[in-house]
This record gives sequence, structure tokens and C-alpha cells, in this order.
Amino acid sequence: MSIEDRYTWKHRHLLDVTHLDKDDVTHLLDLAASFQEINRRPVRKVPTLKGKTVVLFFAENSTRTRTSFDIAGKRLSADTYSLSVAGSSINKGETLKDTSLTLHAMGPDVIVIRHPSSGAAAYIADLLPCAVVNAGDGWHAHPTQALLDCFSLREAWENRFAGRTLLILGDISHSRVARSNVHLLHMLGVKVRLCSPRTLLPAGVESWPVEVFSDLGRAVADVDAVMCLRLQLERQQAGLLPDLTEYSKRFCLGTKHLDKARPKAVVLHPGPLNRGLEIADDVADSKASLVLDQVAAGVAIRMAVLYLLAVSPPPSFVRGKELVL
Amino acid sequence: MKLCVRNATHLEASVDLFVAEGRIVTMTPSGSQPVPEGCEILDAKGLLLMPSLVDAHAHLREPGQEYKEDIASGLAAAAQGGFGTVMCMANTVPVNDTASVTRFMMDRARASHPHGPHLRPIAAATMGLKGEEMPQFGEMREAGCVAVSNDGKPVANTELLRRIMEYAADFGMTFIDHCEDPHLGHGWMMNEGELSGLLGVKGQPAAGEAIQAARDILLAECLGLPVHIAHVSSAMTLDVISWGKSRGVKVTAETCPHYLLLDESAIGNYDTAAKVSPPLRRPEDRAALLRGLVDGTLDILATDHAPHASHEKDSTLDVALFGFTGLDLALSLTWGLVLDGGLKEADLHRLWCHAPGRIFDVPVNAFSPGDPADFFLWDPVQKWPANRGNMRSKSLNTPFLGRELVGRVRHHFIGGEKVV
Repeated sequence: MSIEDRYTWKHRHLLDVTHLDKDDVTHLLDLAASFQEINRRPVRKVPTLKGKTVVLFFAENSTRTRTSFDIAGKRLSADTYSLSVAGSSINKGETLKDTSLTLHAMGPDVIVIRHPSSGAAAYIADLLPCAVVNAGDGWHAHPTQALLDCFSLREAWENRFAGRTLLILGDISHSRVARSNVHLLHMLGVKVRLCSPRTLLPAGVESWPVEVFSDLGRAVADVDAVMCLRLQLERQQAGLLPDLTEYSKRFCLGTKHLDKARPKAVVLHPGPLNRGLEIADDVADSKASLVLDQVAAGVAIRMAVLYLLAVSPPPSFVRGKELVL
Repeated sequence: MKLCVRNATHLEASVDLFVAEGRIVTMTPSGSQPVPEGCEILDAKGLLLMPSLVDAHAHLREPGQEYKEDIASGLAAAAQGGFGTVMCMANTVPVNDTASVTRFMMDRARASHPHGPHLRPIAAATMGLKGEEMPQFGEMREAGCVAVSNDGKPVANTELLRRIMEYAADFGMTFIDHCEDPHLGHGWMMNEGELSGLLGVKGQPAAGEAIQAARDILLAECLGLPVHIAHVSSAMTLDVISWGKSRGVKVTAETCPHYLLLDESAIGNYDTAAKVSPPLRRPEDRAALLRGLVDGTLDILATDHAPHASHEKDSTLDVALFGFTGLDLALSLTWGLVLDGGLKEADLHRLWCHAPGRIFDVPVNAFSPGDPADFFLWDPVQKWPANRGNMRSKSLNTPFLGRELVGRVRHHFIGGEKVV
């Protein structure tokens, strides 16, 4: 066995997909695939992380991501604890620093953090000696979402990313999902398009490795996948959009659009869906929709991430061999 | 008291400086005149003789936020930093919008620094900085204020701004504007551009500053009155000022050392130490500002000394407060620009002393007989780390913390009295 056949996970934290290289991503996706297999067993639990503690610190509303991490931890036999805004001292004015130090004093191996401030995960990773997983920080990054999206796409695309075209549709500017996906998909060789009203495009998008469209009909032509983003209703209140009716007329993904895409094109959405606003009912419920596959993939990806970060020293693997659990 | 500073270097000439009764008697070539009887002698060989500096833009936080800074600690930092005069902004608690607050500030300064550095407060341009009605500038002028500004909270109402500029002009007080469109990029944390887009952070486009500067300049032209543009951060604003000057408008402007030495990349991984208002901009803005100081588009340097306690910076970028300390570091930072060849020593005298003295009608030392004996001796090669032990400000919120600086004030005299 040569050195090149051996892969070692080198990361202390998972804060942003920009810290990962292609080997890391391939490995994470492979590992998630072996965990996916566990998720299909009658008894969906292995003792891998027995005795490890995972704290889920959600300073922003989330049900699916938190549940997904929770299930992922429990399937690996880790003890998981949730702290969310409603029940926490954040409402009493405690700073992120003090909340994080307090959580750490309880001795977790991994802290999973969701926070409304861009950079929050990096901030606590600097502060604490334990592993930190970014479960979404402000508009900045949502690495496990991008990984699970790629996991779902890899299955749908039969393991081939190169030469594929994917359209991200909706509010790019305020989307951590978009930022993480643009980077990750580009790294994997996917051609990425964005389609959005100009008021919801980020500053400096000209330098992103993407093609930008304002017309959905043109943007969707010959794509292999469309990723719809959730439109936060507060964008209209902030004056970035005149009216949601006009938004849905211009940007709601319907079957007439999908007809212009490649025949086997698939549709993703990170959820929760605004049906009729960014995605039409019939598209959401069509065979092209991967929405529920994404949810299942989310558990597998988060199992892989927790496994890699909670096991120390970092695990190494021999390429091509399946993980036996 | 009589003092003779011997063998100092003043703009490359070796000189002796004679001081009596707090004033300059004469400055002569070294050894050309005998030292009178009973005169204290200070040998300054190897040290540069510079006039005490004027900082036209500082926040000293007293009254109300003495945990960040107070007048005594701020003036101590100023003295060590080479400043003989500090113009402090009005955003204290309470706001400096009445003569009684101004008098309190002046009393505090005299109590801790009877010989100087001198405090020259800046009156709030509107009551409580709320942008609604103007304070009694005449009384505040009598109490010691030298200019008016709404720093940090720009005056959005142009009709009110016009009346402020007109009324303040009766007392020879210039309006200093923190130029920021109140709506464009509202809630920003850094410069708007590629980096803010990648970090997922709300940015302020450079136009947010330039638009307001253009308004001020057009208004100043219309009224025939002066206006001073504070802390210019962008090439775009620089162009607007240059255009105003070419039209003969009485517009003057400042920038700060950090806009010359840092760009937005300092914010890197959400580093709150680099969060400042206006924001650090692109490398090309930095280069343009340096050119502006040399060609005269920018008239002065100022620190925008804005101390904050460590817990106010130790957070995510959105929560962290804006601003850097500057009084301790400003001259050493700009001395670095002289060492790099971007500025000349004489530029520093002009930008930090003579020009602000002229714009705000503050007495400064040109080393002519009768001038106030406000000067310091500068060790041009001494290296020192920017750390707690070397800085007098109560706060340490500077992106230059830990950096090794070159050049240090060795002896500082104000009115002929040694303050450092």
C-alpha cells in the first residue's frame, strides 16, 4: 500500500467549504455513503461515538438542520444536547463569547453552531479548544448544506460532476447556502449559473466563477439541475423587492421552465419551501425534486462530519475500502 | 525659565533652539550663539526637532464613558504621541452641546495637564447629535470650542446644515462633516466590494461617503463658507474634493494614518480590530489618499482616536464597535511613511501641525520668535512595540497592536514646560 492510497482528515473544525480540498470532499461524500447504508438498516445505530458529547447551539431558528445533526449524532451513539435561543441566556443579553465558554465548560467534543452573524462559527472556533461545526453563520457559509446538496447531486448525476450545469435561483446576496454551494460545485467542476433580481445579488459577484442571469427562461436552458433558494419575506420589507407577486412571476420555478432544462434535470431546495413563491407546487412534488433525498442525505453527511471531528486522532482511511461499522 | 536645546536637527539643519517665558526666542544654526547664563541645556544630538502636533479629530470619551478613556489618559497619550493640541468630538455622554459641558471638559484638561496638551473641544452641530436643532455656538465658542461637528451621526437635513454652517461662521467655527449617506448601505460593517460579498457581510459603497461630501461642497460653494471633510477614506471622495477645490470652494479635508496603511483585507477573517467608520477600503484607495496628501487635495492628517474597551471589540463583526485608538501611534505610523519615501518630514509638519492650526485657528509653533514653545524631540530610529506598556490610552483597540514601530517622542515641551 503506498502513501498516496492513504487519506487522512486534517481539519479540526468544519467552518467553511473553502477550507476543504477536493480529496476532503470526495472522502466526506464517500464516508457519508457508507453511513447512508447504516440509515437503511433495521437498527439504525452504531456505537462509533459512544461517550462523545455533541452540543447543538442554535442561536437562530432552525428545525431541520438541528434535527438532522441531532439524529446524526444519536445514530453514532453520541450524546447530543440542544441549546436554542428561546431557552438560552442569549435572551438575557449574554454575549456569544460567554455562552460559548459556558457550553464548552460542560465538556463537549463537538459544538455545532447556527448563528445569525456572519463569522460567528470562526469566532467561537478561535475561542474554544473543541471542534466546531458551522451549521450556518449569517449570510456567510453553510458547509454541511452544500455537502449534502453535492451528495444528492452525485447520486442523481451518477457520480459525474464535470461538465454539468447547475442554476442557483433566488436570493443569492443573503444566502449562506448559495455561497457555500458556488464554491463547492465550482471545485467539483460544475458550471454554476445564478439567477436573481439585481437587488439580491451580492457585491462583487462579477468575480465569482459563475454566469449571472436576470431572466429565468434563459438561465434554465440546458441545465442539469436547479437549486431554488428560500426567499426570506423580510427582503420585501427591507425594500429590496417591490412586491412578492412580481417576484414569483419572474423567479418562481415552474414546469414550463424545467421543460427547457436537460431531460433528466433535478430540482433542489434547502427548505423550508415557499410554495408558489420560489417553487411551483407541481415542481416541488414532481419526480425531478430531490428535496426529500436532500433531507436524508443531510443525516448521512452530518454523521460523516461528526465522525471525522469527534474521533481523535483524526481518522485515516485506505482508499477504495468501505468503512466497516 | 530659560531653555536651550542644542544640536537638534530641524528639517536636516543642525540647530540650537532658545526658549524663554514659554515662547520661542530664536532658532539658530548650531553653535552660532552663546548660551546665556542660567539657561538649562538639553543636548539633542541625533534627535529631530518638530513642532507639537494638532489632532483635529479625537474622541476622549469624558464625560460619560470613562471606562474607555478620560481626558487625563487621552491627553497623556497625546503628549507621548507628540500632540500639543487635541480637538475632541462631541459624542460624549452627555453630548457636548452646551457651554457647561465644554467648561467641564476644559476644567478636566487643566486639572490633569495644566501645561498641555491643550484641549480644544468641538461643539455638537445639533442638540444631542440628533440632527434637529442647533446648540448655542456663541456660548460654546466662549467656553473653548473651536469648531462644530455631528461626527458619527451625519446631518441628513440639508436646510438645517445650511443654518448650522451660517450660524457657526459668525463665531469663526468651521463645520466638520463625517460624510456618510444615512441610508446607502445602512447597517454596513465594512467596505462594499468583492470581499464583503464573499464574507456575507453588509458593506458601504464608497459612494456613501462621496455623495455626502459632494453635497457639503456644493452647499459650501453656495454659501461661500468653509467646510472640512473628516476622515476621507476613498479615492472617489478625494476626486470630489479635488473638483471642489478647483471651483474655489473653501473645502479642506483630512485622512487618518489607518487609511494610508491598511486596506479592507485587514478585516480578513472577520477581524473586529479592523472595523472602523468609514471603513478601510481597497489598496487603490490607499494609494490615492497618499497622493492626495502630497498634492494638497487633502490638507491635514488626524487620528480619529476612538477608544473602546476590549469587550466591545471581542465579538462577531456585526456586534463590535467601530474605531481605533490613534494618539499613541499616529506619528510613528506616519513616520513610517517618511521612511518608506511616501512623505517627507516637512509634509508631516504641514499635515499634522501648520495646516490644522491654520484651518481651525489654533496657535501652533513655526519656530519664529514669539511662537509658543510647543515642540518635541523625535528619536527617528528608536524601535518600540505597540503594546500596553508603551501606550498611554486606556484602550488598546488598534489593528496595529503588537506591531513594531519606528520613531518615538523623547522630550515634549508645551509652552516651554516639559510634558514628556
